[in-house]
Amino acid sequence: MLDLRQYSSLGAALRDALERWPNETCLIEADRDREKVRLTYSDFREMAGPLCRALEDAEFVPGDRAAIIMTNQSKWLISAYSIFFCGGVLVPLDYKLTAAEHLQLLAHSKARFLVVEYYLWRAITQSPEFAKLTTEIVLVTEAPVGADLRGAYRWEEFRRKGEPKLVAREREDTACIVYSSGTGGRPKGCVLTHDNYLEQCRALTEWYPFWPGVRYLSILPTNHAIDFMVGFIGPFVCGACVVHLRTLRPEFVRDAFVRYRITYVSLVPMVLKNLERGLRAKFDELPRGKRFVLDRLIAINKLLTRRRPHVGFSRRLLPQVHKAFGGELRALIVGGAFTDPATMQFFYDLGVPVACGYGLTEACTAVTLNDLKPFRADTVGKPLPGSEVRILNPAGDGIGEVAVRSRAVMSHYLDDADLTVKTIVEGWLHTGDLGRFDGVGHLQLFGRKKNMIVTEGGKNIYPEDVEMVFDGLPVKEYCIFAANYIWPQKSLGEEMLVLVVRLEQGQQFSDALATEISARNLKLADYKRVGGHLVWEKDFPRTASMKIKRGELGEEIGRGVRRESVVEI
Amino acid sequence: MPTTDNTLDEILSLAAVHFKVPREKLTPDGDFFKALGIDSLQALDLLTRLEHHFRIELPDYELQGVTDFRTLAQRIQARL
Repeated sequence: MLDLRQYSSLGAALRDALERWPNETCLIEADRDREKVRLTYSDFREMAGPLCRALEDAEFVPGDRAAIIMTNQSKWLISAYSIFFCGGVLVPLDYKLTAAEHLQLLAHSKARFLVVEYYLWRAITQSPEFAKLTTEIVLVTEAPVGADLRGAYRWEEFRRKGEPKLVAREREDTACIVYSSGTGGRPKGCVLTHDNYLEQCRALTEWYPFWPGVRYLSILPTNHAIDFMVGFIGPFVCGACVVHLRTLRPEFVRDAFVRYRITYVSLVPMVLKNLERGLRAKFDELPRGKRFVLDRLIAINKLLTRRRPHVGFSRRLLPQVHKAFGGELRALIVGGAFTDPATMQFFYDLGVPVACGYGLTEACTAVTLNDLKPFRADTVGKPLPGSEVRILNPAGDGIGEVAVRSRAVMSHYLDDADLTVKTIVEGWLHTGDLGRFDGVGHLQLFGRKKNMIVTEGGKNIYPEDVEMVFDGLPVKEYCIFAANYIWPQKSLGEEMLVLVVRLEQGQQFSDALATEISARNLKLADYKRVGGHLVWEKDFPRTASMKIKRGELGEEIGRGVRRESVVEI
Repeated sequence: MPTTDNTLDEILSLAAVHFKVPREKLTPDGDFFKALGIDSLQALDLLTRLEHHFRIELPDYELQGVTDFRTLAQRIQARL
């Protein structure tokens, strides 16, 4: 891999990567069973050069912000590379947000440029808020012939001849603004520097190296912190290959493992669980004799991989299982949300190591990771090289708030000095997560101090972000909480949002009100929906400026009623 | 060509059989995630079944933001 200590920016490191491995394949893009794109590093350079030149001609200046809203595909990475090459700041946005949310974050980030897929651009232009778009230059990919692009350019035609010139950036300059959440009242844009990414990449590849020939299957959205690092920066600075799928249908994902002999893949717990379900169903279909043999072989594998994985041995012992994963899989990387230890153990026992970690956007990608020496399903691993992790104010059982200090911790929240001061205290990032260290330096997590949930799909959902959909609900007042915030469980999982309503005097909780709540809930994206409601009999405590004192109210409710009182919506 | 109502009816029947849910419990405007008890990955699986049934190809993004059967039927109808 490149020696990243020698580089001051992602643009410079990526530029050298393209020159270092000209003949290695860096990118494959497939749609179902059709391969659409296959690029060597040299091809990638030829594709990106004209875009860089066109950006130069469009007076793209160092520090200009450029957003990307796209599903995983080759043009995502080519655009991101070009933005870094020209000294820009990348704003990767979640393509699953609504058009209104995209517009809100484009305005908040003050992005001058936008690269967007046609179907997403169409939704943005149809939004009632479209007139508020402040982005100056929009590049749209894959637009049909004759489509009205509302002033945008076709990405495929936004090209100029000539050799572009790399714009130098310093380590402390901003590389990306990544929104960890917050499309409601208060967007949280994490400002991450080139130093953050380069150091994080060094730490991660020290434990999980890439090299030419490695094929990484990119399933998580590339705007997600994990995929951006291990599905773009990491493989590229090591000469490895990224495989993009334009569909995430389980059958095509399974097919891609075999077709491209995948080496690594990152997954959120929901996808891992889905893979487990599929495998278990296949095992259950086996005739009794074959099932007996399989169970014995798994038991032998489990015994012999107790101390550390022996992937080669496991492949020989359980060839059919490993063949289903392409035969060259070295590890499944899991993060982004709570992962059921039983699921991880299931895969490990089959000889497929699971690298479970813990991280947050504010710390670039990962803070801790399982080093597989030995595999532990009950922890989120050890601090990565260069990361200091400590437990703040531990209780008698050793559990306290997890704090992190490292060169991967973000610079600040964009335009939110108050939140930054509360979150980064004397260089330590206060994560809001509760944890403790076991005797051998592994971190165990026990829930959250903060009022939020993380879905199985790895999405952070803050109550404030979904409350507006209930504006005007015919009740005296309402508030949304994460259930585990009101009733701390000292464990992860079973996360849900709860709508707490205070009724008007004499008002009953009618069927009509229940219907209204359900109808409004349906307006939210499926992963953002509130799971239950609760009627609270007292007025909400409020500040002098009439803001709800959420902490105080949450404590009151936690003391006053049990979690079982929540009625499912 | 079938009408949108025919398409909707076929989707409801197919979903009921595939996910083993009584047909009468599924309504055109109901949230199919909830009614079928499925997550977003299983919803993609439903999309595959529908593609085979209607002999069309639906990109994943056609399902983005769609949670009710009626809208799904409209998306499919547009490609028949």
